[in-house]
Amino acid sequence: MQLDVLLFAAARQTANSDHVTIEVGDNATAADVLQALSQQHPQLGSLLPSCRLAVDCTYVDSENPIPPDSEVALIPPVSGG
Amino acid sequence: MTDINICVQIVETPIQWDQLTDKVADPNAGAQGWFVGVTRRTTGPRVTETLAYEAHIPMATRELEKLAAAAIKKFSLFQVVIVHRIGEVPVGEASVVVGCSSGHRPETFEALAWIMNTLKKEVPIWKREQYVDGSTEWVHPTPADGEQA
Repeated sequence: MQLDVLLFAAARQTANSDHVTIEVGDNATAADVLQALSQQHPQLGSLLPSCRLAVDCTYVDSENPIPPDSEVALIPPVSGG
Repeated sequence: MTDINICVQIVETPIQWDQLTDKVADPNAGAQGWFVGVTRRTTGPRVTETLAYEAHIPMATRELEKLAAAAIKKFSLFQVVIVHRIGEVPVGEASVVVGCSSGHRPETFEALAWIMNTLKKEVPIWKREQYVDGSTEWVHPTPADGEQA
């Protein structure tokens, strides 16, 4: 399946876009999404190890499955406040 | 999530703190406390001209609501207010305001520190430094950065 992944902060700046599209298997997990991002958008590579994924506005663990049509966001280390 | 004890806002304009003060009022409270985070001019040797904040707004709003609800439970608070500004925040202006009320002062003192520390780890908001030399840099703390960001 194809997934759009929302990008923020340095990831958005690096990709020069607020989202990227990736191709993953139908039963992809969060870890699979991160791997696909690394392979299909290598410019994000150095940031990815420190990033978390959020699905439908909730942080997910690496083994969490990604439902089709969900909103996936790449969350770099946060720095609010 | 909606809760009459919680006020969470992400705003793109200066935070009007004086308009928030009544939101922590409670007849059973013996303590009201506020933390105001302001844009600092210096980080080590570097001099900041302005900070710009970006958020995943729906998720940040949800995380702030969860944080406020958790703080009420953890510290037996009556009211919690969290307002975070995004967009450009010039040096000296408030980027975040947190307020709460409790029966006695220890809970309010502890809650303000806990809310800010948790916000800085969990809520998807990011700052970008723009230095006076014209360079810019997104701030993405690593664990080694500790609580200094």
